[in-house]
Amino acid sequence: MHDFNEPFVTAWQLVAAADARLAGIVLLSLRVSLAATAIACIVGMPIGALLAVGRFPGRRALIVLFNGLMGLPPVVVGLLVYLLLSRAGPLGSLGLLFSPGAMVVAQAILVTPIVAALTRQVVADAWTEYREQLRSLGAGRPRAAATLLWDGRFSLSTAALAGFGRAIAEVGAVMIVGGNIDGVTRVMTTTIALETSKGDLPLALALGFILITVVLAINAVAYGVRGWAERRWG
Amino acid sequence: MTPRRLFCFALATASLLLASAGRAEDRFITVASTTSTEQSGLFGHLLPAFEKASGIKVRVVALGTGQALDMARRGDADVVFVHDKAAEEKFVAEGFGVKRQEVMYNDFIVVGPKADPAKAAGKDILEGLRRIEATKSPFVSRGDKSGTHAAELRYWKAAGVDLDKTKGPWYRDTGSGMGPALNTAASMNAYILADRGTWLSFKNRGDLGIVVEGDTKLFNQYGVILVNPAKHAHVKQADGQKFVDWIVSDTGQKSIAEYRIGGEQLFFPNAKK
Amino acid sequence: MAWLTLDNLGLTEGGTRIVDGVSLSLAAGRTVVLGPNGAGKSTLLRLIHGLLHPSGGELHWPHALSQAMVFQRPVMLRTTAMANVAYGLKLKGHAARECAIRAREALGRAGLEHLAARPARLLSGGEQQRVALARAWALEPELLILDEPTASLDPASSREVERIIGEIAANGTRILMTTHNLGQAKRLADEIVFIDRGRVVEQTPVRDFFTRPRSDAAQDFLKEESP
Repeated sequence: MHDFNEPFVTAWQLVAAADARLAGIVLLSLRVSLAATAIACIVGMPIGALLAVGRFPGRRALIVLFNGLMGLPPVVVGLLVYLLLSRAGPLGSLGLLFSPGAMVVAQAILVTPIVAALTRQVVADAWTEYREQLRSLGAGRPRAAATLLWDGRFSLSTAALAGFGRAIAEVGAVMIVGGNIDGVTRVMTTTIALETSKGDLPLALALGFILITVVLAINAVAYGVRGWAERRWG
Repeated sequence: MTPRRLFCFALATASLLLASAGRAEDRFITVASTTSTEQSGLFGHLLPAFEKASGIKVRVVALGTGQALDMARRGDADVVFVHDKAAEEKFVAEGFGVKRQEVMYNDFIVVGPKADPAKAAGKDILEGLRRIEATKSPFVSRGDKSGTHAAELRYWKAAGVDLDKTKGPWYRDTGSGMGPALNTAASMNAYILADRGTWLSFKNRGDLGIVVEGDTKLFNQYGVILVNPAKHAHVKQADGQKFVDWIVSDTGQKSIAEYRIGGEQLFFPNAKK
Repeated sequence: MAWLTLDNLGLTEGGTRIVDGVSLSLAAGRTVVLGPNGAGKSTLLRLIHGLLHPSGGELHWPHALSQAMVFQRPVMLRTTAMANVAYGLKLKGHAARECAIRAREALGRAGLEHLAARPARLLSGGEQQRVALARAWALEPELLILDEPTASLDPASSREVERIIGEIAANGTRILMTTHNLGQAKRLADEIVFIDRGRVVEQTPVRDFFTRPRSDAAQDFLKEESP
């Protein structure tokens, strides 16, 4: 019977000791996943909004496609990005492989469909409420999409958080394109994988608790900000 | 905060995060090595000395031997440091490597349930494997084109066991690195061929203990090869060569010998002068 | 003289003729469309505004008129009242400063300057509808269409809204609206168009409609709706 107390204690000790390596790993995880989520939002939110309000041939097929891409296996994305960024591949001259930049690229690809699909849902719901008035005022579809994106900013924060959650929790993509290099591309999830494979399960579990806590904290803050903002703006 | 300002803010943040995340101003080389070498902790001991002496940082990507060599064939590494002589010589013969040099050896061991149902214990690896096969005791294989896996297959062949014929539920091919395979063996109470280094630092042993060791056949030779710049122009030839030279030099060899786990020496330097 | 002529206009959806062969000539300054529930009043307004496309018939505009529409439920963006009013102006391409000036002016005429900086969605129903009117007014439309603008409001707010509509009309904008409030129709209209089951039954000056309705349908309607 495994003792689940030990990992909790270990987790506390690691945090209390303000272990520099651990801090570096946590910070790198946050930087990579936040950057990837930001890119995914910049690319995915306009796509989602246009899918919601637009009318063009192939629109339904695109909606189905993006919904499906939400289930992209991270390890497959990692493999594809690896082949792209490898020296033997088309983008090899960028020298991005085994760097945090490659990890950001892979996670951005993974997260964009999620952000796009969730944005589409939010904007589509708003569109039913705003459609007649916006058209009456003379807003063309692209302009309406932009207006609804801004108007739905609080609901869309949930889409962004969902994307971030996916990014920071995945290990398959960053392991392959980052190489889990000590001090350079080692993030929380790859460290957990490494410690597990070294058989140090309590340490791996402790790191897992720390990861969960970080993600929960971010979600809690976002929830609070969103609540305040909704009360303010209605 | 107007929409336009928020958009610019998001763009600026993303660029900043991206830029800081991608920062790579240090001078570095990429070394493709094996999981067993990394997990033994050798690099943690060896590399700081080299980095201090040369100012070159070493980024180790740890994969199985087969994967490491493939990665180097694609040009994604500057140096390979693995333990499969046949595969390494093929690599050089194909023109992907400049020259193979021997660096050090460690040894393999067979670990298994302390109760030893197959009565495989002793100093003879081939006899031990025969007994495991005869009793169809559970055996975990790495199955991942690694140096360890290649060695395992050589031993079975040398023992006269035709795996294709006798493979059955007792032979568990996991397709994983040393650590995960040990985890699997520990939970199944199975026999497994492992390198001593990974075993010594492995913490999830369950009921496993060392069953076969000391056979000279179990010595595992490591080689280091500079990736051929003729095949991949971007390879960091000068810095990579510095690493190769250092690791076979007296300083490097001494550093290898000094590495201990629990007072035990893991790697035995044997670079030819 | 007529600013719009409808020629056998129709809209059929799912087999039902919602608007059925409507031919109409609109020339009055303030036209109110009356009729029982489901008669097709809202649909007719939307066809005229361009939100719906007819299945048959045509609209003839002798001079194209700039239009604005106010709906039964005010649609407010998640921003200030002022920004909501300015939004329509921004869409027309006016510079930010001009939008701000004209928006503030429109809010003032609607009696809402003190609410300019408030989040629009936190205002009361009556206040929101007045913001919607200010938003339409700021565009200086030649035709203002209103679909039951006071249906969700209390009497005091309704009066305020009627006052504003009256001012907009006094400034030269043509009014086309529907309502279930007969008193309101009497107060605001020059002319009544009575619709029943998708067809125009009567088009009469307001006073005549209420005192001497010509059709049986209109008579039945007035009997039921009158307080």
